[in-house]
Amino acid sequence: MTAVLDPPAPVRRPAGPAVRARRLARRVAGPWTYAALIAVLAGSAFPVYWSFVVSSQTPDAIDRVPPVLVPGGHLFANIARVFDTTDFALALTNSIVVAGTVTVSVVFFSTLAGFAFAKLKFRGRNVLLLLIIATQAIPTELGIIPLYLMMSEFGWAGQIHAVIVPGLVTAFGVFFMRQYFERAIPDELLEAGRMDGCHSLRLFWHVALPAARPAAAVLGLFTFMQAWNDFFWPLVVLVPENPTVQTALSTLASGYTTDYTLVLTAATIGTVPVLAVFLLFGRQIVGGIMSGAVKG
Amino acid sequence: MAVTDKAARRHRWDTRFAPYGYVAPYFLLFGVFGLFPLLYTIWVSLQHRNLLDEGGASLVWFDNYARLLADPYFWNAMGNTMSLWLLTTVPQILFALGIAALLNRKVRTRTLFRMGVILPNITSVAAVTIIFAQLFGRDFGLINWVLDLFGGGHVDWQAGTATSHVAIAVMVVWRWTGYHALIFLASMQAISPSLYEAATLDGASGWQQFWRITVPLLRPQIIFSTIIATTGNMRLLAEPLLFNPGAAAATGGSDRQFQTAALYLYEQGFTNYDFGYSSAIAVVLAIATVIVAGLGYLVTKRIQTE
Repeated sequence: MTAVLDPPAPVRRPAGPAVRARRLARRVAGPWTYAALIAVLAGSAFPVYWSFVVSSQTPDAIDRVPPVLVPGGHLFANIARVFDTTDFALALTNSIVVAGTVTVSVVFFSTLAGFAFAKLKFRGRNVLLLLIIATQAIPTELGIIPLYLMMSEFGWAGQIHAVIVPGLVTAFGVFFMRQYFERAIPDELLEAGRMDGCHSLRLFWHVALPAARPAAAVLGLFTFMQAWNDFFWPLVVLVPENPTVQTALSTLASGYTTDYTLVLTAATIGTVPVLAVFLLFGRQIVGGIMSGAVKG
Repeated sequence: MAVTDKAARRHRWDTRFAPYGYVAPYFLLFGVFGLFPLLYTIWVSLQHRNLLDEGGASLVWFDNYARLLADPYFWNAMGNTMSLWLLTTVPQILFALGIAALLNRKVRTRTLFRMGVILPNITSVAAVTIIFAQLFGRDFGLINWVLDLFGGGHVDWQAGTATSHVAIAVMVVWRWTGYHALIFLASMQAISPSLYEAATLDGASGWQQFWRITVPLLRPQIIFSTIIATTGNMRLLAEPLLFNPGAAAATGGSDRQFQTAALYLYEQGFTNYDFGYSSAIAVVLAIATVIVAGLGYLVTKRIQTE
């Protein structure tokens, strides 16, 4: 986890005899490395950039040859059209409610269970932990048919709690927080707390929870983005009249309109929240992935 | 006396039973909404269960599986799944290794570049597929326009099996390469610089050092990434579904040329409401994924240290 907070300083090595060899040995980037990296950067950003360009142009711009590659002045007119022609406001509200609830819940329950797995002793702890690690590898989407049958049975099909409830906990979250607590809190601290007569719930609240903040933040970022982008299950269980942003995009692209400027404007709007999170917390996200925050 | 007794009992209760309370919410929710549906899929796959039939569910044992083995659409979907697995997984790992090697040099503004490679991974699959579907458009798509500049013809990307697979693979590779690159980069940074120094003194080029030092030492991460990528790439659904959105989206093209197994599962389950048959597809796909992931493991395991 330290990688999230302070990336390791570059190691300086003594120079070799020849310039090229020295550069090779010191791993200093040459002009070709920069050129390649800039190309990768451009390739990464281009589709999102282009979507933004189309969103800011008049509807005929998308069919122009040669293609339009610079933003125009029609962004807000197009955004207004999206909200006028579809119930995109409802989709955004639903997505915010779903991603927000799921994030708070996953972070809380993962911290609670992760603390117990890392710092409390109980019978069957290792077996249960192994179960969590094993279930991480299983794609739960394969249970989508029974899950749908259950939701119909509960009368939840078409409503957003059908999307929220299955997302309230993740195996990955528990495992991630457990790994963090292992290293972040010395056992002596908890022992001292016990001596003073602290109940384990008080230890959790006053010792573990404050110490968990950096890891909980990373977990929260990943969970939010994943919940916001989730597609398959909402597509199956929701109805077009009560969509999330992703299913609304799918409906919009599926022949509701042939106005692709409208569709791409909606796609741009739907990308803005995760993009904002990314621009604000990019360092933490990069650090999280590099420290093993798997989100397969 | 009574006070300490009570305190001791409370302490014992706290150390013995309270931990179960802390892990219970996870197991309760996961059990009901994760594990149970997964296992119940096997049971549903042994039933004739179609929402459109009046009769309800009836146990038919392995009839769905027998039907599956004789279903050309299913084999077509499995073939597409395998083709897409190969076209996505191999480039993902290779490009990720290359990008990680670039990022592993001493680069200025490295946070910018690292954020840049991970940007595709945080964007939504629905939005990205819709964007790429336009870029791959036949008449006004930007990619065809660029190909034109280099003298290439206008490709109807959706029409052919090979071209549609390439287009879908581009979307997947674009989205996931940066993620694997960061995983590889983290391990590359742990490699001792003295190894490269010694190799440089021995006259090894950067290319040789990459293949003989970096890649062998990254073996555990390459195995990990291959397995993670496989489980993802064997169940592609959003990309083929939204590549050609519309009333017949679930068929994956007019000739089912890019219908994946996951998309066929979706078609059988949620346009035909044939839940028994759809569950059988889910079970077979799960088994196929395990086999292919095992294959990927066997291949990447062979990476040797000199």
